[in-house]
Amino acid sequence: MRIERRLRQPWWLVVVVPVVSIAVAFVLAAIIFLATGHPPLHHFRRLFDAAFLANGALSDTVVSATPLIFTGLAAAVAFRMNLFNIGGEGQLYFGAIMGAVAGLGLAGAPSPVVIAGMMVGGMVGGMALAAIPAVLRAFFSTNEIITTLMLNYVAALVLDYLIFDSHSYLRDTTGFEAQVFPQGKTLSDEATWSSWTSHGVALPLGFLVAIGVAVLVWGLYNRTRFGFEVQVIGDSARAGRYAGMRTRRKILAVMLLSGAIAGLGGASQDGDFRHQLDPQGLRGANYGYTGIVVAALARYNPFAVVLIAFLLGGLQNAGFALQGADFPNGLVGVLQGLILFCALGGELFVRYRVRFDWLSRKTPASTALEPAP
Amino acid sequence: MNNSLLVVVLASGIAYGTPLLYAALGEVLAERSGVLNLGVEGMMLVGAVMGFWAVQRIHVTTSLALAAALGVAALAGAAMAAIHAFLVITMRANQIVSGLALTIFAGAAGLSSYLGSDLNLGGAPARHQFQEIFPQSWQDLPIIGPILFGQSILVYASWVCVALVALYLGRTRPGLNVRAVGESPAAADAMGINVAGYRYAHTLVGGAFAGIGGATFSLSITPQWVAGLTQGAGWIAIALVIFAFWRPTLCLVGAYFFGAFTALPFALQSHGVTVAPELFQALPYLMTVLALVLVSSRAARLRFGAPAALGLPYVREER
Repeated sequence: MRIERRLRQPWWLVVVVPVVSIAVAFVLAAIIFLATGHPPLHHFRRLFDAAFLANGALSDTVVSATPLIFTGLAAAVAFRMNLFNIGGEGQLYFGAIMGAVAGLGLAGAPSPVVIAGMMVGGMVGGMALAAIPAVLRAFFSTNEIITTLMLNYVAALVLDYLIFDSHSYLRDTTGFEAQVFPQGKTLSDEATWSSWTSHGVALPLGFLVAIGVAVLVWGLYNRTRFGFEVQVIGDSARAGRYAGMRTRRKILAVMLLSGAIAGLGGASQDGDFRHQLDPQGLRGANYGYTGIVVAALARYNPFAVVLIAFLLGGLQNAGFALQGADFPNGLVGVLQGLILFCALGGELFVRYRVRFDWLSRKTPASTALEPAP
Repeated sequence: MNNSLLVVVLASGIAYGTPLLYAALGEVLAERSGVLNLGVEGMMLVGAVMGFWAVQRIHVTTSLALAAALGVAALAGAAMAAIHAFLVITMRANQIVSGLALTIFAGAAGLSSYLGSDLNLGGAPARHQFQEIFPQSWQDLPIIGPILFGQSILVYASWVCVALVALYLGRTRPGLNVRAVGESPAAADAMGINVAGYRYAHTLVGGAFAGIGGATFSLSITPQWVAGLTQGAGWIAIALVIFAFWRPTLCLVGAYFFGAFTALPFALQSHGVTVAPELFQALPYLMTVLALVLVSSRAARLRFGAPAALGLPYVREER
């Protein structure tokens, strides 16, 4: 058996391979279920119902998908340039912190001002955290994978500190209950992001903003010189440098863009869904890491990010909805992991062609080349 | 004297540092062969749950049950690592994404918690656990008693492991081959070294170490099973590998250093000083970033930096 690089990728492979990968993932999950004595089809149907068909399920799926679109886009913009920002998690936390600061600080102003302030705050927060690995990578060529990963934990601890172990501006310190169970200050009504309903599905402002960001990212990467240069540097940093592209500036710009998108996702968590700075909810959800999965499954295409985020969001939402005695714990993580494993493995078949030598050996094609006696 | 702050912090720092040490040793082996495995947290959790399962369900004497549990935990960790190895070595997948996928698959919201609830392991204390092996009179010796003699056998075994891994990487032919594979797989291949074989072997052994590290939690530190009980130790282990410049001996120092930061807030609290624990918990991560910046210069990177081929798939036809 030989594996050869494909010179040209047929367009249908990009669609067929992910679909087959997801199918294989479900087959593997079914095997795990059978091995542990659960009926697989029954559980799959319940998951699908709870994610997309049940009453109000689509609205809940949109809620789960929104942060994943943000973190997925954040990962996609950076990964396109081979800049492995896995700090979406921490940048989202910082976005949530700064978004909440803006939301509380602007209390009393008219609602559009507060909402705009929160968005700017979120982006600034995400950029601030992304700036550290960006500068270290651009000027000291420090590996950004590790620095962004480490800063995720620092950001998580800052989040915990603000609410659980200090009397910060963001913590609710009024009343007995708030003293015993620390929580963030509730944001005012003006800081609640609007929401529209279409065909019975609630579409929060954050979701629409996320789709807008996806369109902007697509335009930036496919229709501008900046995007072109980013992709050249991603394919071959050396070629980019020889062509006179400013690699260092691109690193800074792309990291900050990535951080801003993740931070906007954090602000949307405050404004759309949680209405306070909620460390436990944010930390438990792993939006940043799942976003990387989303970006990889989407092959860093912004529109595919929206689609995949919707699918994985549905899975996550179904996991929450079905949590209980008769539904196995940890199932959603297992399924997500399997889907990703299969998609990663399937990637090989998009880039490479697998040839089986024992098939071609049967055909006596080489006889013609033998010299005549 | 044995209750003084320094002794308590050192003694419990060693205890808390031991799972980090096991996991970091495994990660050193994998990374030295050029495979970055970000799935340590997941491998540790699966090791923890399977080790705990073995102790609860295998009915033999204490020492046999614990030995079997370590074996099961190591196998479980290696099985998880095998998924990563197959994807990144054979299927040439992105190592970062695959490692994160492994953590999602096996981690606190995945397989480990699925196994934990499916095998009904929650809520009960471990039937056997690792205990201090030296007599009480030794443990009561001033200063060195609690630090050196008040530990479980896992701690002493980890010292042996550090020595073995250090000797292996520095003084044996296969160990030198591993380093060649991690620094320059093309050159190693030309020398006739089986690059894929070495990478598979060391990723799997790395997973086994992570599994044992996880079992250290469920059989010694917390002696019970709770979903997600490692609480991010896998990530600290990855930080530790960098902090220790990919050297097993420095891992030993770093593990106890990081372990002491976990222990310090509790020890301070019992002495009436209240400090936000987050401050100390953040230090390992910040120091790792700092260490990484310090070795970022070209000259330092050659001496102390990451293996040159870390994270890159090796394809003979495309070098």
